[in-house]
Amino acid sequence: MTTQVPGDALVSLNAVNKHYGQLHVLKDINLHVRKGEVVVVIGPSGSGKSTLCRAINRLETIDDGVIKIDGKELPAEGKELAKLRADVGMVFQSFNLFAHKTILENVTLGPIKVKGLSKAEADKDAMALLERVGVGHQAPKLPAQLSGGQQQRVAIARALAMKPKVMLFDEPTSALDPEMINEVLDVMIQLAKEGMTMIVVTHEMGFARKAADRVVFMDGGQIVEDATPEEFFTNPKSSRAKDFLSKLLTH
Amino acid sequence: MDVIIDNLPAYVDGFLRTLFLSVVSGIFALIFGTLLAAARVSPIAALRGFSMTYVEIVRNTPLTIAFFFAAVVLPRLGVTFQQFEVAAIIALSAYTSAFIAEAVRSGVNSVPVGQAEAARSIGMKFSQVLTLIILPQALRTVIPPMINILIALVKNSSVAGAFYVLELFGYGRQLANANGDAVLWVLVGVAFFYLLITVPLGYLANLVERKVAIAR
Repeated sequence: MTTQVPGDALVSLNAVNKHYGQLHVLKDINLHVRKGEVVVVIGPSGSGKSTLCRAINRLETIDDGVIKIDGKELPAEGKELAKLRADVGMVFQSFNLFAHKTILENVTLGPIKVKGLSKAEADKDAMALLERVGVGHQAPKLPAQLSGGQQQRVAIARALAMKPKVMLFDEPTSALDPEMINEVLDVMIQLAKEGMTMIVVTHEMGFARKAADRVVFMDGGQIVEDATPEEFFTNPKSSRAKDFLSKLLTH
Repeated sequence: MDVIIDNLPAYVDGFLRTLFLSVVSGIFALIFGTLLAAARVSPIAALRGFSMTYVEIVRNTPLTIAFFFAAVVLPRLGVTFQQFEVAAIIALSAYTSAFIAEAVRSGVNSVPVGQAEAARSIGMKFSQVLTLIILPQALRTVIPPMINILIALVKNSSVAGAFYVLELFGYGRQLANANGDAVLWVLVGVAFFYLLITVPLGYLANLVERKVAIAR
């Protein structure tokens, strides 16, 4: 299961390195994600998992190595990069909904301004997406009027509105109150079932068990383990993964 | 006080000239200043460098030097004007735009970085991120310092009086020379007409600020 041909990967990282000054945050990362695969990235804080996620749509630059989306190498800057980013949906820990736009406008802005859809078309798609994530009735409100869980579901809808090839989730539930985590995870599980390619950085082990095809465990900027959830949670190979899991399960 | 009433046409003429200089320079400064701020945060290093150098030089030298350049140096380089007003507008807009650029830049910096990241992640180009997401949100924090800068611009336009432009302050000087016994009242009149522009600007600031706050 864990071996895959890099050639048919939708997202592939080859020998990716990144430094923050002295700190080596990504060490020789190799990761290949096929179409329809759900990969959950876990690890202690500071392990580089968020940086990895953000590097995939070049919100973080890398020092060396190659990142390819659907066979195309990430362009450096400018129009080409913008075009590629439109194909990669991203959901942030802090939602980052556009504060001065309504919920509906948050979802339609990309399709209208980037894809050139008409307002009527974009509105129709957006309403369908908002209904799907369960916040259709909130469409005319401003982001600040919604709960965190609702905002994050809108953020997922905003990313989906671009019809991305792959969705990146950077700790999507870490800023949420406990009772709101499930409403966001439910949307993500649904998305995974529908065959969306997803890379999810999270601390939600329940989600990893339920929805992941593969679990990637990172520590100290390295991928330490890459296994099925079954393998990883029942029989972790590395001592660091064992240590990490034991700390999680003691409470 | 009679001196003001007797010379009302001169005051009004000067007032209108000052208003004209301020409004035209203000518009140019807002446009150029915003472009400078955009250059300052752009991904292109050369633009950032140009903007930074321009702002640092212009902001840290006296306005009189800007006037001197526009009125004396530019004509020597072959850029001639029919009227000195043009030189005054160039000097005032060039000078004020540096301050506008800094105000807009601080406003841009006040918008959480996640807003720009989210906009980039749905495929927006730099220009779209700036005009659709960042600048509208920066507006609220930018309005108060912006109005201060524009008020300073109105008062700075008095420097034009020393460069052959007969605006409010220029007339004031003429009137003071002609009415040596009523200099105090001449200056009170000048101050009054300046206040006629600057005080409403302050009120406008409050109004706009409240409006933008609701829209958020």
